[in-house]
Amino acid sequence: MLTPADLDTLLLTFKVASIATLLMLLLGTPLAWWLARTHSAWKGMINAIVALPLVLPPTVLGFYLLVLMGPSGAIGEFTNWLGLGTLPFTFAGLVIASVLYSMPFVVQPLQAAFTTIGEQPLEAAATLRAGPLDTFFSVVVPLAKPGFLTAAILGFTHTVGEFGVVLMVGGNIPDKTRVVSVQIYNHVEALEYSEAHWLAGVLLVFSFSVLLVLYTVLKTQPVAHQLK
Amino acid sequence: MLQTTLSRVFITLALLLVGQTSWAASVLVAVAANFSKPMTEIAAEFEKATGHSAKLSFGSSGKFVSQIENGGPFEVLLSADEKSPQKLEQSGLTVPDSQFTYALGKLVLWSAKPGYVDNQGKILTTGGFKHLALADPKLAPYGLAAMEVLKKMGLMEKLQPLFVQGENIAQTYQFISTANAELGFVALSQVIENGKIATGSGWIIPGDYYAPIRQGAVLMKKGAENPAAPALLDYLKSAPALAIIEKYGYDLPQK
Repeated sequence: MLTPADLDTLLLTFKVASIATLLMLLLGTPLAWWLARTHSAWKGMINAIVALPLVLPPTVLGFYLLVLMGPSGAIGEFTNWLGLGTLPFTFAGLVIASVLYSMPFVVQPLQAAFTTIGEQPLEAAATLRAGPLDTFFSVVVPLAKPGFLTAAILGFTHTVGEFGVVLMVGGNIPDKTRVVSVQIYNHVEALEYSEAHWLAGVLLVFSFSVLLVLYTVLKTQPVAHQLK
Repeated sequence: MLQTTLSRVFITLALLLVGQTSWAASVLVAVAANFSKPMTEIAAEFEKATGHSAKLSFGSSGKFVSQIENGGPFEVLLSADEKSPQKLEQSGLTVPDSQFTYALGKLVLWSAKPGYVDNQGKILTTGGFKHLALADPKLAPYGLAAMEVLKKMGLMEKLQPLFVQGENIAQTYQFISTANAELGFVALSQVIENGKIATGSGWIIPGDYYAPIRQGAVLMKKGAENPAAPALLDYLKSAPALAIIEKYGYDLPQK
C-alpha cells in the first residue's frame, strides 16, 4: 500500500506540476504567438532553443542548472544579489527547472494552434475595429482552445513524469523536492519493490487516464503531429 | 568495385572482432560509485598485467542488485557494502564462497571552500551553513555512516532539516563541489590525492564514530566461465592493487 510518505510525494508532485503549468501557459502563450506570427530571422533560432529540452538528456539539463543556479553560477549570483539565496534544493528551484524542461510541450501545441488560425479571422476582427488584445481574447483564444488544452495537459503530465532534472537539482528533501518519480526510484534502489509497484501503479493509471481523456474525449491529434 | 570494397571492409571488421576475442577476455564489472577512481587505475594495471580487459560500470550498489536480479549482464560486483553481495548470494546468482571484503571505506566531512571545515569537525556544532549534503542513508553505506556520526555527536535533530541527499555518493560530491551545499559527507577516495585532501577542506572522521564500511566483492555466476572475471578478483588482492586501494584512503581488510 501507499505509505504517508508516498502520499506526500504525490501531493508535492501535483503542486509542482500545477504551478509550473500555470507559469508555462503565462510565458508560453506570448512566445508561441510571436513564433506563429513572426517573419524574423531569429525565429529558427528561438524555435531551436525552445525544442532543446526535447532532445537533451534531462541529466545534462539538470547538471547545468545545478551549476548555473549554484553560488558561483550566473543565475545563482543573480538570485543571491536579489537576496533570494540559491535555487537548488528549493521548491522554487524545482518549479523553475520544470518550466524550462517542459516548455516545448506547451509552446509547440500552442504555436501549431495559432498557425492554423491563419490571417483571415484576424483581418475580419480588425475590420470590425477590434483592438489587438480584444482580438486575442475574443477570437484567438476560443479558436485555439484545443491547443491550450493540449498544451496544459502535456505540460502538466510531462512535469509529473520528470526525473533526471529533479535528481540533479532536488536533493531529495521531503515536502520540498522529493517528487514521486524520485520516490519510486529510491524504493527500487532500496529493493522495496512492492512499495515501488504501488506508487508506479498510481502514476501509470493517472497518466494513462489523462492521455485517454485528451485523445478520445477531446479528439486531439496525437502529440507527434503537433510537435512537428 | 563497390562489392570488393565492401567485402574488404567486412573481412577487416571480422578479423578485428575475432582478433579481440581470441587472445584476451573482457570482464564487465559493476563498481560502486565511491570506488570509481581507484578501480579505473586498477583496471588499467590489470590490463597491463594479464592482457585481459575490464569494462567498468559505475553506480549505486542497490541499482546494480536490481539490475543483476533482473538479468543484468555484470560478471563481477564491487559493492559499497556487504549487504548487496549477500542479497545476490541469497538469490543464488553468485558463485558460492566467492565473496570477500576488498576495502574498508573512510568517511570525510568535506567542503569545496578551503579552510571551511576544521580538522575536528567543529563546524558541525557552530553551524552557519544552509545545506549539509550526504548520500541517502537508505541506499548508500556512506550515508548511513554519516548518520551514525551525527548521532554520536548528538547533532541529528539540529542538522536534519539542512540535509540534502544525493542518490549515491558521486551525486553527493557533485552537490558540494558545485558549492550548492556548503559541506557534506563523502568518501575519502573522492577527495584524496597523493595522501592528502586535494582541494577545499575536510575532516577525516575517526573510525570510532561509525561502524566500518566493509566493501564486498563477489563473482557472479554469469562470470564463472569467463577467465577474466576470477582473474580480476584475484588481481584485487594483489600487492599492486592493494597499494592503489590504500593510496585512495581506504583501509585494507585484515588477512
